[in-house]
Amino acid sequence: MNLSERSALERKAREIRGLTIEEIGYLGVGHIGGAMSIVDLLVLLYHRHMRIDPANPAWSDRDRLVLSKGHAGPALYAVLADKGFFPIDWLLTLNRGGTSLPSHCDRTKTPGVDMTTGSLGQGLSTAAGLALARAMDGLPGFVYCIIGDGESNEGQIWEAAMFAAHRRLSNLIVFADWNGMQIDGYTREVIDMDDITAKWTSFGWHACMVDGHDFEAMDAAIQEARERATPGREKPSIIILKTIKGKGCSFCEGQVSNHNMTYGIEQTMQALQALGVSPRLIPELLAQGR
Amino acid sequence: MTTSREMRAVYAETLVRLVESGRDIVILEADLMKATGTGPFAQRFPSRAVNVGVAEANLVGVAAGLSAGGKIPFAATFACFASRRAYDQFFLAANYAQLNVKLVGTDPGVTAAFNGGTHMPFEDLALMRAIPRLTIAEPSDPVSLAALTALAADTYGCWYLRLQRKPAPVLYEEHEQFTIGRAKVLRTGSRVTLVALGALMVREALAAADMLALEGIPATVIDALWLSPLDEQTLLSHMQCGCVVTCENHRIVGGLGSAVAELIAEKAPGTRLARIGVAADRFGEVGTQDWLAEHFGLTAPHIAAAARALVNGSEQAQTEPAGTGTDSRYH
Ligand SMILES: Cc1ncc(C[n+]2csc(CCOP(=O)(O)OP(=O)(O)O)c2C)c(N)n1
Ligand SMILES: [Mg+2]
Repeated sequence: MNLSERSALERKAREIRGLTIEEIGYLGVGHIGGAMSIVDLLVLLYHRHMRIDPANPAWSDRDRLVLSKGHAGPALYAVLADKGFFPIDWLLTLNRGGTSLPSHCDRTKTPGVDMTTGSLGQGLSTAAGLALARAMDGLPGFVYCIIGDGESNEGQIWEAAMFAAHRRLSNLIVFADWNGMQIDGYTREVIDMDDITAKWTSFGWHACMVDGHDFEAMDAAIQEARERATPGREKPSIIILKTIKGKGCSFCEGQVSNHNMTYGIEQTMQALQALGVSPRLIPELLAQGR
Repeated sequence: MTTSREMRAVYAETLVRLVESGRDIVILEADLMKATGTGPFAQRFPSRAVNVGVAEANLVGVAAGLSAGGKIPFAATFACFASRRAYDQFFLAANYAQLNVKLVGTDPGVTAAFNGGTHMPFEDLALMRAIPRLTIAEPSDPVSLAALTALAADTYGCWYLRLQRKPAPVLYEEHEQFTIGRAKVLRTGSRVTLVALGALMVREALAAADMLALEGIPATVIDALWLSPLDEQTLLSHMQCGCVVTCENHRIVGGLGSAVAELIAEKAPGTRLARIGVAADRFGEVGTQDWLAEHFGLTAPHIAAAARALVNGSEQAQTEPAGTGTDSRYH
């Protein structure tokens, strides 16, 4: 990754953060913390790695993403809208009655969303199933999956871990958003997961830990994970991302109670200013007197 | 003016009081302590508060073990996960093993609101009603919540308490007595009986009764409180009017409407029934609670319309030959 590629990704990530803050801020409440912590990853995947076609969301050869921590849907919606999967003003319908953008990801409602999630722990099993189907059909490409650190408390995560390793699903690349927080506080105080890289390694996975806000480090880790698809070396991969919950959102970054926050237009505008991006959705609304 | 109280605050302070008066209660949470609002309990009795993390199967399993070890566990999580995610653990390790586990499902039905369809339990009561001997209750106000929580603590056996966390208006006098399996008749009227479960639906049923009264259709309103054991005696004694409307914040399959339909079929045939609740073929959706209640037809105007149709239908049935009554099912 050269310097200009990196700064383009950084710029895009700031824009996506801004859009996500506007999207939730217009509604007035939402899962801002866990959305912010995965923005850099989503931008890297959708702008550099994933084979997708916004004009044809159902393209059968596309790469898949299962956002297992489904409450971070609003960040994914911002990326998908920005990519052109659906009109950008849909973002203002988040969680309103009849919307196509519900708080948790829903494959039946949102173009570009590959799997329905929201009950934590289930997404990784479905990602393994998707990866297995592709392996059975000899299809190329990757299935990406994003889980949370709190989510990793669920037993089903570890059932899926054993399964994917046993089946050598090397087309499965998982990211664990290691932001150190869940709803009731710091993960180390709720359920201490200890040496998580060692845990996954012992489950038979290719596992590594990188800074989840460093594009180059993540990019290199993804390259290495993809190489696990070469015959003889097959293993599923997990990239544990050291992240900051609420990253890049001035009123929320690193706060203990930033899982689900109530905030309004004023704070939205302040956060956007701090990010150095202009609002894309809200001025139009204000102009319309809404 | 009626006062409202946040239901979760009542739940937490009742548990504190019960421990203070000597009950060996342990509360269990699955990374939703902030939602359940049991923080004050955990502060007061840190060693009696267990957070298992995001792990509902383990939540219920540990609760069963604590019960086998002599404790009185109150385990709480969103009702969708309490029912669907930990059903076998609750069925087997708690109920079949004849232990003493109190499972609390919060955010029932449309009260899940912005958490959306994935989190919207319209089937928890149906699942729970299929478990033998399980006591199932949905308190309707802060007073009944406190009383039923105390009854749960003092009555050996497994319970499922369906709990709206948000504020609810006070319906009962402070020292009202509650008995397991006994519903409360809130209002009597001669033409139709509205049977409602839970704070939201009792409120809507009372509002529907007001609307019906203005039209000259006096309605009885029953706060069911218990789905299991169902208060058959009270219900049957108010079926003489011949028209019953059940009101539940749940799919019409397997919950209150089904239980009353079974009761009518076996013990009061000929009674006309309409079930207000979420239609059998629908999943939950996202939106504000008010939007959802209207969207799924749970509000007072829907209840009143169903009652009106039943009453009119039964008048017709008296004047026309038998067998011409219209299908009374509302949805
Ligand atoms: C099975 C299940 N249990 C509980 C919840 C409620 N819940 C939503 S998010 C969350 C905490 C998740 O923590 P983490 O995975 O660390 O997410 P992040 O910090 O990335 O937001 C919980 C308990 C849920 N969605 N699913
Ligand atoms: Mg986390």
